[in-house]
Amino acid sequence: MELAFSSDQRELLDAFEQFFANESGPAIVRRAEPLGHDDSLWHKVDAMEVWGSGASTSDLAVIAESAGRWIAPVPFVEHAVASPLIDGLGAGIATISLRPADADGVWRLVPAGAVADVVIGVDGADLVAVRSTPPGSGPLNHASAPLADRSARDGERTVLGPAADMAMLLARWKVLTAASLVGVASMSLELALKYVQERQQFGVPIGSFQAVQHGLADLPGLIDGARLLAHKAAGAIDRGADGLCNIALNEIDDPLALASMAFVFAGDVAAHATDRSLHFHGGYGFAEEYDIQLYYRRARGWALILGEPAAELLTLADRFWPAAASAQGSGH
Amino acid sequence: MDFELSPEVVAYRERVRRIVAAHHTPEAIRVQHETGTFNNPSLNRALAAEGLIERAVPGLGAGDPIELWVLFNEIEKAGSPVDALGVAVMIAGVVQHVGNERQKAELVPAVTSGEALICMGYSEPDVGSDLSALTTRAVRDGDEWVINGAKMWTTMAHEASWVILLARTDPDLPRHKGLTMFLIPMDTPGIRVDPVHTMATERTNATFYDDVRVGDDCVLGEVNGGWRVMSVALSFERGVMGGTNPGVPLLEHTAAWARRSGRLAEPAVREKLARVAIDNHVAALLTQRSAWIAASGGLPGLEGSMTKLFASESYQKASRWFQEMAGAEGLLQLEQPGAAADGWIEYDARHSPVTTIYGGTTEINKNNIAERHLGLPRARR
Repeated sequence: MELAFSSDQRELLDAFEQFFANESGPAIVRRAEPLGHDDSLWHKVDAMEVWGSGASTSDLAVIAESAGRWIAPVPFVEHAVASPLIDGLGAGIATISLRPADADGVWRLVPAGAVADVVIGVDGADLVAVRSTPPGSGPLNHASAPLADRSARDGERTVLGPAADMAMLLARWKVLTAASLVGVASMSLELALKYVQERQQFGVPIGSFQAVQHGLADLPGLIDGARLLAHKAAGAIDRGADGLCNIALNEIDDPLALASMAFVFAGDVAAHATDRSLHFHGGYGFAEEYDIQLYYRRARGWALILGEPAAELLTLADRFWPAAASAQGSGH
Repeated sequence: MDFELSPEVVAYRERVRRIVAAHHTPEAIRVQHETGTFNNPSLNRALAAEGLIERAVPGLGAGDPIELWVLFNEIEKAGSPVDALGVAVMIAGVVQHVGNERQKAELVPAVTSGEALICMGYSEPDVGSDLSALTTRAVRDGDEWVINGAKMWTTMAHEASWVILLARTDPDLPRHKGLTMFLIPMDTPGIRVDPVHTMATERTNATFYDDVRVGDDCVLGEVNGGWRVMSVALSFERGVMGGTNPGVPLLEHTAAWARRSGRLAEPAVREKLARVAIDNHVAALLTQRSAWIAASGGLPGLEGSMTKLFASESYQKASRWFQEMAGAEGLLQLEQPGAAADGWIEYDARHSPVTTIYGGTTEINKNNIAERHLGLPRARR
């Protein structure tokens, strides 16, 4: 049992914290808006060679948290999930479509779709990879995320397997996005702490007021809880854990269920933490000049790309309380 | 991170689980709710008979702290009360740590055999979160101490063999330095126990000490060292002795009701059930982290505060959601025909309010986290 990062992971985190602090400061993040992608930063991240089939989901989650703390304008999560499947399909940015192709053969609002060279997604009964020229732009959006529609038909198309193979890709995306959202939440708390200790009103720092302190004091537990859950999910994916979901005993080891849980919880925590942090910045929190608004928008945007949380919760409920069992039990 | 339990702990958990299942019977529940005494003597004895309590005693048992956490988490998840046994086991650890030979010889085996309970005399009618302001006095008279005062929330005092009592022995010292902890047999003359009935059926007590005379052998730890003894107790509790997963039996009762009533098919119901399942799991992971920190030689005081905050507030949220979801049937109590979840939803709605109060209020925990974890200045209040 070890409920903290390993020493290797702490080194990994330190290295990426230093890297993103130097290379992805707020000026870089702002410069990359509204597209939300910085190609020169991407090349530096890519050169660190953390991808490949050897990278564990747990280690990638450590890096994803750091990328989230610095809201790095690079498709780290998407490429980490998609790239192991396209070894041999050429270089460039890879991503996944979170939704199956629609009747027109289009993947809608693909994360990193504006910049990715290869998109992996479901089209009918198949999981396919399509290489095509990225549009380089997409619809303006809340999170300044490089979203774009992409064709599942036009381009160099490779069938990777059955559509069912998408489930584990989605699970990895949820876990790494959850870790990024933990990073968003933790940096938002740090921004709040810095601000409330500097900002003076009534002759004292506003961080000395109990009302402000109590508005921040429930955040560390939420953030730690979200990190623990994300890493439990990552570990379950890496181990190929069994599908245990025993709600009565509160024992859950199923990778897909844990990934959904981690994703929903981290989304809530990031929304809550950025909300509090922005609020305690007062009017400045609403001003473009202050960084918290960058975090506030991404906290919501990164979580909602997948769709409404209620749908994710209903999928989870199907896993915990199967519909068949409910039909069976309703006669009792 | 690695969340796996060792095979020994898994085996321990299986034994605890089996015994709890055998003793947490409808009859035991009925007696608890009829008497207001939330304790299960046959469960305590059965655990003791297999040596499972002794293994978990903090600072003493071979299984502390991981098995300590597992023991209370298993009891709690089954919906069986944890507080009575929890206090006894914690105080046994304290006595083993700072007690004199006679105290150790009498109290520790009495607890590990599952026979004895202990109550805590900390709070007073006018003293709660600001404990160092307590007024119960212990005055030296020859080679005895004479104790006068009153204590509140001395739960289990009417069943307990001992009270662990914090009293002021030197009013001239700074407030928290003039306190001494006493370990006093409950049959000592001058102790009176009055019941205090609560909204959640559970009985607690007010206890009164009227010229209670005890010898130096009843001092636990050093004279004027009571604050330190209390710190030892807190450091043994570490947030791993129950109270962080009350949402697990609530969810189980509610899901079973939803299935029986056909409500389980409703998306609004399924969404809330899934949210509570997530919160329950997060609360478990935060608790497991405290146990792991303790097992690694750390003292998870702040982590315990974070866990208690999260667990108690999410339990209250869940009980409110579920009662609203159940509507009028969610108002019906245990054993009432037609009661949603056999009345457990209503029971949890009555019980959950106390969980953000006892064992350190939400506000005190937030003060601790703000000042000691977030590094904010001492609050202006």
